[in-house]
Amino acid sequence: MKNLKYKIFAFTLLFSIVVIAQQTPAPKQTKAIAIMGAIAHIGNGTVINNSCLIIKNGKIETIANAEQIKIDLKGMEVINASGQHIYPGFIAPNSTLGLVEVDAVRASNDLREVGAMNPHIRSLIAYNTESKVIESMRPNGVLMGQITPRGGRISGTSSIVQFDAWNWEDAVVKEDDGIHMNWPNAYSRGRWWLGEPSNLKPNKKYNEQVTTLNNYITESKAYNAGNKSPRHLPYEALQGLFNGSKKLYIHVDDQKGITDAINFSKKNNIKQIVIVGGYQANMVTNLLKQNNVPVLLQRVHSNSDSDDDNYDATYTLANELVNAGVLVGLENAGQMERMNARNLPFLAGTCAAYGLSKEQALSLITLNTAIILGIDTKVGSLEVGKDATLFISEGDALDMRTNKLTKAYIQGRDISLESHQTELYKRYSNKYKQ
Amino acid sequence: MIKRLLFLTAFLSLTTLFAQENAPKNDGVKTVNSNYTALTNAKIHVSPSQIIENGTLLIKDGKVVSVGTSVSIPKNSVKIDLTGKSIYPSFIDIYSTFGVKKPSKPSDNSRRPQYDAGREGYYWNDHIRADQNAISKFEFDSKAAQELRKAGFGTVNTHIEDGIVRGTGTLIALNSKGTDANRILSEKSGQYLGTSKSAASKQAYPTSIMGAFALLRQVNMDANWYATGNAKEKDRALEAFIVNKNKVQIMYAGSKMNALRLDNIGDQFNTQYVFVGGGDEYEYVKDIKATNASFIIPVNFPDAYDMEDPFLASAVELADLREWNQKPSNPKILAENNIDFAFTTHKLKAPKDLMPNLLKAIEAGLSKEEALAALTTIPAKIIGKSNVLGSLKVGTYANFLVTSGDLFDKKTTIYQNWVTGIKDEIKPMNTKDIRGNYTFNLGTTDYELSITGELEKLKASVKANEKKLGSKISFKEDWLNLTFSSVDTTKQEFIRLVSNITNENNFDGKVYFPNGNESIFYAKKVVKEKDEKKDDEKKDDEKKENNKFFPVTYPNMAYGNASLPKQETILFKNTTVWTNEKEGILKNTDVLIKDGKISKIGKNISAPSATIINGEGKHLTSGIIDEHSHIATSSVNEAGHNSTAEVTQEDVINPEDISIYRNLSGGVTSIQILHGSANPIGGRSAIIKLKWGETAKNMIYKNAPKFIKFALGENVKQSNWGDNNTVRFPQTRMGVEQVYTDYFQRAKEYDALKKSGKPYRKDVEMEVIAEIINKERFISCHSYVQSEINMLMKVAEKFNFNINTFTHILEGYKVADKMKAHGVGGSTFSDWWAYKYEVNDAIPFNAAIMHNAGVTVAINSDDGEMSRRLNQEAAKSVKYGNISEEAAWKFVTLNPAKLLHIDDRVGSIKIGKDADVVLWSDHPMSIYSKAERTIIEGATYFDITTDKQKREAIKKEKNELTTLMLQAKNKGLKTKPVEKKKKEHFHCDTNF
Repeated sequence: MKNLKYKIFAFTLLFSIVVIAQQTPAPKQTKAIAIMGAIAHIGNGTVINNSCLIIKNGKIETIANAEQIKIDLKGMEVINASGQHIYPGFIAPNSTLGLVEVDAVRASNDLREVGAMNPHIRSLIAYNTESKVIESMRPNGVLMGQITPRGGRISGTSSIVQFDAWNWEDAVVKEDDGIHMNWPNAYSRGRWWLGEPSNLKPNKKYNEQVTTLNNYITESKAYNAGNKSPRHLPYEALQGLFNGSKKLYIHVDDQKGITDAINFSKKNNIKQIVIVGGYQANMVTNLLKQNNVPVLLQRVHSNSDSDDDNYDATYTLANELVNAGVLVGLENAGQMERMNARNLPFLAGTCAAYGLSKEQALSLITLNTAIILGIDTKVGSLEVGKDATLFISEGDALDMRTNKLTKAYIQGRDISLESHQTELYKRYSNKYKQ
Repeated sequence: MIKRLLFLTAFLSLTTLFAQENAPKNDGVKTVNSNYTALTNAKIHVSPSQIIENGTLLIKDGKVVSVGTSVSIPKNSVKIDLTGKSIYPSFIDIYSTFGVKKPSKPSDNSRRPQYDAGREGYYWNDHIRADQNAISKFEFDSKAAQELRKAGFGTVNTHIEDGIVRGTGTLIALNSKGTDANRILSEKSGQYLGTSKSAASKQAYPTSIMGAFALLRQVNMDANWYATGNAKEKDRALEAFIVNKNKVQIMYAGSKMNALRLDNIGDQFNTQYVFVGGGDEYEYVKDIKATNASFIIPVNFPDAYDMEDPFLASAVELADLREWNQKPSNPKILAENNIDFAFTTHKLKAPKDLMPNLLKAIEAGLSKEEALAALTTIPAKIIGKSNVLGSLKVGTYANFLVTSGDLFDKKTTIYQNWVTGIKDEIKPMNTKDIRGNYTFNLGTTDYELSITGELEKLKASVKANEKKLGSKISFKEDWLNLTFSSVDTTKQEFIRLVSNITNENNFDGKVYFPNGNESIFYAKKVVKEKDEKKDDEKKDDEKKENNKFFPVTYPNMAYGNASLPKQETILFKNTTVWTNEKEGILKNTDVLIKDGKISKIGKNISAPSATIINGEGKHLTSGIIDEHSHIATSSVNEAGHNSTAEVTQEDVINPEDISIYRNLSGGVTSIQILHGSANPIGGRSAIIKLKWGETAKNMIYKNAPKFIKFALGENVKQSNWGDNNTVRFPQTRMGVEQVYTDYFQRAKEYDALKKSGKPYRKDVEMEVIAEIINKERFISCHSYVQSEINMLMKVAEKFNFNINTFTHILEGYKVADKMKAHGVGGSTFSDWWAYKYEVNDAIPFNAAIMHNAGVTVAINSDDGEMSRRLNQEAAKSVKYGNISEEAAWKFVTLNPAKLLHIDDRVGSIKIGKDADVVLWSDHPMSIYSKAERTIIEGATYFDITTDKQKREAIKKEKNELTTLMLQAKNKGLKTKPVEKKKKEHFHCDTNF
């Protein structure tokens, strides 16, 4: 009882702080906006150096070379952005933003559910639009995310949201877009508590674990073909995989696992799969390409897996995959993934330093990701008809030296670039000026 | 029941050869055996260097009486003719646990940590158990003794393998039919030590190897104090420690690295340890030699990995592949460097694995003489028993082996192992070798018989009419029994042969048919046409090819250097130079480095002997300095006490961490390895240069400024350690203040006593904290929220010193004015937050606000990955807070140098400073920039071109080793499943 009291106390304490700091979502766009003169990075690999971008009713109405187009700007809010850069809003896939506020505070943690097979678990309803961590994404250009539960063999169902909303319903870009599966590991760790060495040894249960997955999918297919009585929530949640309405995100790193995962999806007639992680995806590029399987590539800023690997192995992976014709997006899962999701543009920047062109690198966090997540008709590039979810930066947004946002829009709404952090910055900067 | 017992005792005493001379005799008349035993005509290896051909060994009462070619044999001698046989001294294993069980875990199952000692009247730490004596736990283990004797051992020095100081060992003869009365050769023989805790106690301290090292130092000091008689309380552990100090000190190191580390401790207390090694000593053999220590070396040479599944095999790292190739050469390399070493069976699954491994070592180049010495004379010398053990000189124990020939030949058989004059027959000496092919006929059927296998476990195969028949053979005491199925295999019928063999070439005997008929048979040996010798020679040639030794690199792993990088004279031409001095950023400038220093900066410099590097379009900066790092260490936290000022990172530097190389690839040249944040007063730092390939000692700054880690907040009050960790003081920020005040006050009093000239108990922890008060040591304090930051400054001010650095300092921006006034620097993260409750208000503008308030600001990593991108982390200050690029660059170079008090040597490009420089492909803070060359003191430790070559070389070497392993498996050698080494990436709160 005493404990519970403390927990409740901790919880309320936390909440009160969260509520104070939240930025108010921007109102709907009412007036057309024309952004003139900026270098527009379309997201599909092209650039318009002196651009004219017009936003109307939350959508991109025009994007063109300002020197080649004549438009009456009367009645529009005109923003002179000459010398600045416009980018489509960056998308953080496989993210846990809004599911945990402070790692070490258990009460703020809604990351993983109990159990191995949880396809019916939905991240969306736990997504906390009021998270202070989320608002800190926006000043770096990260404006959307795929909110993904963790844990188990099948973690649950993700949804894609934008980062300026009153509640999760407002936030939705695509609801329940896919199911996330953690492929069995090729290696297992020794049971150190029984005195075994903690080194990784080949996972003896690998085949058994794959069979379990196969059986689960087979059973769920059979269930969904029948009269569904009595109801089986997890099986039902898998239905979308078979009719193509949901994607299957398979989290797997090793080449054998990737191969097995692709064969598994073919055998089970799962229409659309995405490899998430893919540390060894560069070793099976032909297979990925032949089967049109895209990769959401693991955190670029991470250490190579083995002492023998090139120091820049994780930096050059995207380049290797792109050159082999694989569709690649970048994800950032791992330690401190939420707060560091705002560094997504710099993951792309590193890919540009290690082989890709800057525009190719940009696609890894914009259009490519949108295509992979199945939201490219709405977002992902500065193209006519898409949501005006974009931002203006003083300089190259993939380099931290120059990533400085002056404006950001989500669905045409002029969003705040302030955050709990900028408010503290101002408050204390002023303290010393007094 | 009593009757039976009596019978049993009577029986036992009968089998005891050596009855105690003073024991009364009630089961017969008193008998004394005063006969001699003379072993004649043998090749006697009196010692590794002294061999007597056709000699006689005369023994009596368990000792050697005489040995030589003209020994006069007394009449009352039992003579044993050993023509064609050899005699060797029996082996000695001086790192043994024979007959001594490890203590069991305490029954208390509570998960709460125990901070106090569980024993009364002993040392304050339960893991110091100098008072233990192996003899008190010793119980002769006949089965284990038999296994050891079979493997050639006659004596072991056994001990209680438990605790940091483990007490005395005991020297045991492994004779088969003696009693403890003649087995215990020395009751207290040597003192054993190690670095792992006692299983008998749950006392938390030390939680790390770093703590174990500190404890070893402190116990030495406490013993010295106790010896002066000034101690107020009885301490039986210290008393024993003082007594045991005169004995040989056998220290379990387990690796080359720990041997080097522990040798430093030994030197401090004039103790020369004998180290139990790890078999990897060859990797740093020059430094190992410099310890002057003798070594006890395990011979558990690794099996090849099973590389058949290329997917799984790809996980095995070069270092592990090499180990398989290189480790068998360890003894040879030690011998070449004149390092005394003894072999041990420790780490072997069974003693019988010793000989096959020794043969591998010999194949790798160890001489047989040296191998024998490592089993006999050297272990005897180490334990100070050369006069009675290890050789067969007159007066030594009659511990010897009788073999069929050269001990280190695969085909040789050990027939007998005599221990203290008691013979143990291992294999019958005069067994006939009936292996070979024979023919015989029974009736009209011709049979072919082939006998193969080991002498004591023969295999037979019988063929008739080209058909193989099921068969079984047994051969004992010259009697052969052979059973095989009849030619008509549809019937379950057998033919049996019996023969008493007198001649190895032909034999005859009786045959029993299934129908009950008896007959006689005659089998004739078929002489092989093949020349066996040639086959052997071929194999030898093959072996030689496979014996390629893959060269050791520095460090001995992927990306190691073939030889250590050397200082060069280098002239950078026409580059952009970030001086970090008042000259600012100079364009189109030349920089000359010479003798490890920055020699000239200017235009049109010429230096005829210099290597010229064209720097056009590139940028030259001083090397990056990481104020807060946990790479290159084996241990981060000693969490067993709330203050651990006695531990130091310098004890546990790991020069073989690949992170060193990767940090070099990111332009990092110097780091401070900090203790973690498990306690308010942590351990001392190591400030090192990332000289990849050098030993730990050579990486440490000369006259390094002294630093210590302090920590505040959630970690030290154990907020996130789980519900069991609620008993250690402090559990609140309120308590943290009191911990500091208490320790500073005590240190002050300690220092005053010390300076007064009165006797005092030397205490490392107090010495270190007194250094802080005396402004000789600086604090880098892990800190988050403003209240506690302010508190620590106030505590310091009370004791008249300043805090040097607040590290992390995520709420520094809230008290930047107070920090400025106090004079403390801030070393922070660029943008980390939200991982704990106390970092809720951490903001990426922190560096900028502190900098603008006049605080010396550094940006650090606390992360082995991010540290190689510190240039980009500095750039974030341009983004968050509009710091100028020149100032931001200093956040990762000059400012950390200032905070570490090394700015007179590094941190800027200034004439006379160390040539620790980086050539960048682009603007150093741009995400598109790469370090192309990282130079420390004029030597290139990272070069982007050399790196590419190293990659190719790694690939090639891995392929060669993989092929060799596949061949090994193909030849039927044992392999082990692949494994992937667990990688630990340390942070502040890593508990090791």
